[in-house]
Amino acid sequence: MDGALPLPAPLRSASLSLAGEGEGLPFPEGRGTAPEAQGEGGAQSRASYALHLGDDALILGQRLSEWCGHAPALEIDLSLANLALDLVGQATSFLAHAAALQGQGDADALAFHRDVLDFTNCLLVEQPNGDFAQTIVRQFLFSTWQHLLYQRLATSTDPTLAAIAAKGVKEVAYHAEVSADWVIRLGDGTPGSAARMAAALDWHWRFVDELFAPADPALVAAGIAVDAPALRPAWDARVAAVLAEANLATPAARRAVTGGRRGHHSEHLGHLLAVMQHLPRSYPGAVW
Amino acid sequence: MGARSRRRARGQTCGAQSGVKDWPLWEVFLRARGGLSHRHVGSVHAPDAELAVRHARDTYTRRSEGVSLWVVPSAAIVASDPGQAAQLFDPADDKVYRHPTFYTIPDGIGHI
Repeated sequence: MDGALPLPAPLRSASLSLAGEGEGLPFPEGRGTAPEAQGEGGAQSRASYALHLGDDALILGQRLSEWCGHAPALEIDLSLANLALDLVGQATSFLAHAAALQGQGDADALAFHRDVLDFTNCLLVEQPNGDFAQTIVRQFLFSTWQHLLYQRLATSTDPTLAAIAAKGVKEVAYHAEVSADWVIRLGDGTPGSAARMAAALDWHWRFVDELFAPADPALVAAGIAVDAPALRPAWDARVAAVLAEANLATPAARRAVTGGRRGHHSEHLGHLLAVMQHLPRSYPGAVW
Repeated sequence: MGARSRRRARGQTCGAQSGVKDWPLWEVFLRARGGLSHRHVGSVHAPDAELAVRHARDTYTRRSEGVSLWVVPSAAIVASDPGQAAQLFDPADDKVYRHPTFYTIPDGIGHI
């Protein structure tokens, strides 16, 4: 997406509420650190990158929050809600940064006033929760990737992206660990739980390749964006090790389904957005 | 590594594997900050010790309540018999001299 949003300019002011945004705050925009990304084109490309990072976190956070009150045990209910809140917090920071780079809107405007085609999250995060196995496998595949991503993003030459990642990497490290713990217990549990885990892996596996699609080469060259394809070997090794301990077979490679970064989504995203966006659209400016 | 050997490696585990209702209970102890002792804050259900720590973290440290957690199988707690409360605890009620409140503290002495 090119980032052109049908938003009134005054919404911009609210984007300054997040630490790390705007002039005079601890992380001023990285002018001068990345000359290749200067100018309107660079800012737009950076905004798109921040947007897709934010959309990944936002959509998965919303998905996880759907478990609230429905999880198999109270402790898991809290655990999933904690993951959701971590991700929504990261999304808020990324989207505020994207809005600042675009020069209009704010995090809320980006979250609640875009339609399906404007979202650039990967397809994996919008997949339905399904059963607990499907939720856990999605989390494990994504968090393992996101952990590797944030570790590198923490050294981005965009100081705001680096700051968000440095804060988020501790959260995501926990997400990767707790989801791996569950993969091992459910995969190496009963025949019933193992069958559900195998089915969940089979469902999600086609969405893995999209995680490693390269970002804008100019951003990667400028040290702003992470070289995503380079994360693959470490991800493969970690996933293989956990699946082996879980007595689960690594699924065979298959034709990848992609398109999320271009706004081509599965039918599931629209339903998610309908729930997420209903209130702020029906009651504009509502506060609590 | 098979399920059995892995469970041994983890130490404390749950015998029954059939579902959430069979998860054992774990008592949770939290150290609020360095220098303080761990204090009992509640309990969680979990299938094994590792997940009990995770559940304790997710349940009791959401608001920065602590810096260290212990979990102990509730079954490992040995409790006094409530039926013996009178003989165990009542005799201390009239031994007020056991409280160190009868000493005169000189002025200028702060905390001792």
